[in-house]
Amino acid sequence: MQASRIRWIISAVTVLVIVAAVFAVLLAGGYDSSRALAALWDGAFGSPYAVLSATLVRATPLLFVGLAVGLAFRAGVLNIGAEGQLLAGATVAVTVGLMVGGLPRPLALPLVLIAGAMAGAAWASVAAWLKWKFGVLEVISTLMLNFVASYTVSWAVRGPLQEPTRVYPQTVELAESVRLPALVDGHRLHLGFLLALALAIALWWFLTRTAAGFRVRAVGASASAARSAGGIDASRTAALVFIASGALAGLGGASEATGVTFALYEGISPGYGYSAIAVALLARLHPLAIIGTALLFGALEAGAAAMQRDANVPSVLATVVEALVVLGVLALDRARAPRRSV
Amino acid sequence: MSDVLGDFLQASVRTATPLALAAYGELVAERAGIINLGLEGSIIAGAFGALVGAGVGGVGAGFVVAALAGCAAAAVVAVVVLWLRANTIIAGTAVTMLALGLTGTLYRALYGAQGAALSVPTLGPQALPWVSSIPVLGRALFVQPVITYLLYGLGLGLWWWSTHTHAGLALRATGERPAAAFAAGISPARVQGWALLFGGAMGGLAGGVLVLAQVGTFSEGMSAGRGFIAIAIVVLGRWSPLGVAAAALLFGAASQLQYVFQSLGWPVPYQLFLALPYLLTLLALAGTQRRAAAPAWLGRALDDDAR
Repeated sequence: MQASRIRWIISAVTVLVIVAAVFAVLLAGGYDSSRALAALWDGAFGSPYAVLSATLVRATPLLFVGLAVGLAFRAGVLNIGAEGQLLAGATVAVTVGLMVGGLPRPLALPLVLIAGAMAGAAWASVAAWLKWKFGVLEVISTLMLNFVASYTVSWAVRGPLQEPTRVYPQTVELAESVRLPALVDGHRLHLGFLLALALAIALWWFLTRTAAGFRVRAVGASASAARSAGGIDASRTAALVFIASGALAGLGGASEATGVTFALYEGISPGYGYSAIAVALLARLHPLAIIGTALLFGALEAGAAAMQRDANVPSVLATVVEALVVLGVLALDRARAPRRSV
Repeated sequence: MSDVLGDFLQASVRTATPLALAAYGELVAERAGIINLGLEGSIIAGAFGALVGAGVGGVGAGFVVAALAGCAAAAVVAVVVLWLRANTIIAGTAVTMLALGLTGTLYRALYGAQGAALSVPTLGPQALPWVSSIPVLGRALFVQPVITYLLYGLGLGLWWWSTHTHAGLALRATGERPAAAFAAGISPARVQGWALLFGGAMGGLAGGVLVLAQVGTFSEGMSAGRGFIAIAIVVLGRWSPLGVAAAALLFGAASQLQYVFQSLGWPVPYQLFLALPYLLTLLALAGTQRRAAAPAWLGRALDDDAR
């Protein structure tokens, strides 16, 4: 208990030190740091609009995909393909959404979300199958599948799914019945956020309170020990986790398409699948902590956008902070636990 | 028609050049057992370095700074993985994100938010005497920037080096069985460190080619996933220098096909051709794993007792 508390304190300090360091560099670079800081804060938390239409909206996909990556890493599956699984989920969700838009919402919306989750699961299962059947490293296969997914989206929005005037590379907008309802009138925050929160809690309960969850953690800690001492079918467990991870990412894509963009186009994900690695790692792969880190990174990205608008500080700085957080966590973990490898 | 073919082949080799450079870097790293996802970061760092270097001292300085910048990005991966012993995949991803973010930030900070069309001196194609007049292939292979000719030498040199020198064998031994290499007096961690740095320098040069021999300027995220494509190329090329050259050409050709279709007026969805090499790579992965073309220790951490 004590050790884990120290780790959380270390995580929090890491983030603070990195943000402070980045601002020191900004100051040295001649930027108006106080104005930038104010813009960062206002953009993330400064108004109801900032919280309900920027930070929480941005945090939602990060939460879905952070849970996906966190779950996979927990079982020792290095799923780098959350980006592709998210795109698969978004693509199929929009495709189904365009077909069932005429149905009443209580029927149509769940159908669309389930289709998205299943698409993500299917996309991940390709890599899971390759690993299980041929021993293909999932890092490489999921990376390839990310490219295939993004080219598929690129083709779909210029081909079969393109809007009828054939001017813009995107689909038509989804009907009202297949859109996730807004949680607060006049704001962009949608039901997907609550869904992601519920999933985080469910995932925490699964991992810590069920026998299957224990098996997942055992396989992640040591596949060979789980196999020999625990009698666990480690490759089967890892494959199932891989597919579940894909389903979470796919659902994230469906949530983004039905809650925010209402259409499919090429840039639907600005690299959520990669940011998710930072989200999951900073949370030490703990589902409840992933809620916190997703909110933090959502706020960071929302604030960075405001910083660019108001203080002319490039918003890609948020990516620098995310990357430094990952490197910081890796370094500190190693310093504290000299013989762990992940 | 033959003109279309000639243009297509020449453009394919041109597109393949940075891909092959980066892939040779990745090949060496993977031969030492490391999948370096930070390569994409080395490429974008190299591209930015090329812009800065060429602005100060011309094309030559641009390539030198590009290689150094790529090397620096790889050095971060090496420190985190080999010294702090963290997971390679996560460290590589973080370094790629860091390099993409830093170059974007610096570019806007140094050259203005719009990134006004900033152009640098570029390396034009240089026809080699005699061989460049071979029909069709001559123009494709021998009317290229000088760096492409260096690349041909690099491929042959790597092949010879990895099979005929002690250092080359040490590299491959590290990727196959680091504990055995350690027992033979080789330091696997040191070999992996040098392999990563070499890979980073190659990635940096690839970024340099983008700026100094192709586009003539820098833009944010212009590496456009080439570091990851390089990983696919190494797999498809079955971890051999000559295979890598062929696979790089295939990827180069696939991305040029769209222009051929456009110029011929064929309504073929080019994205399918862009996706094709990745699908081939997946198939190759499923096929090679059994024939054990991949280094046996690829992607696995070094043993704490035999570094």
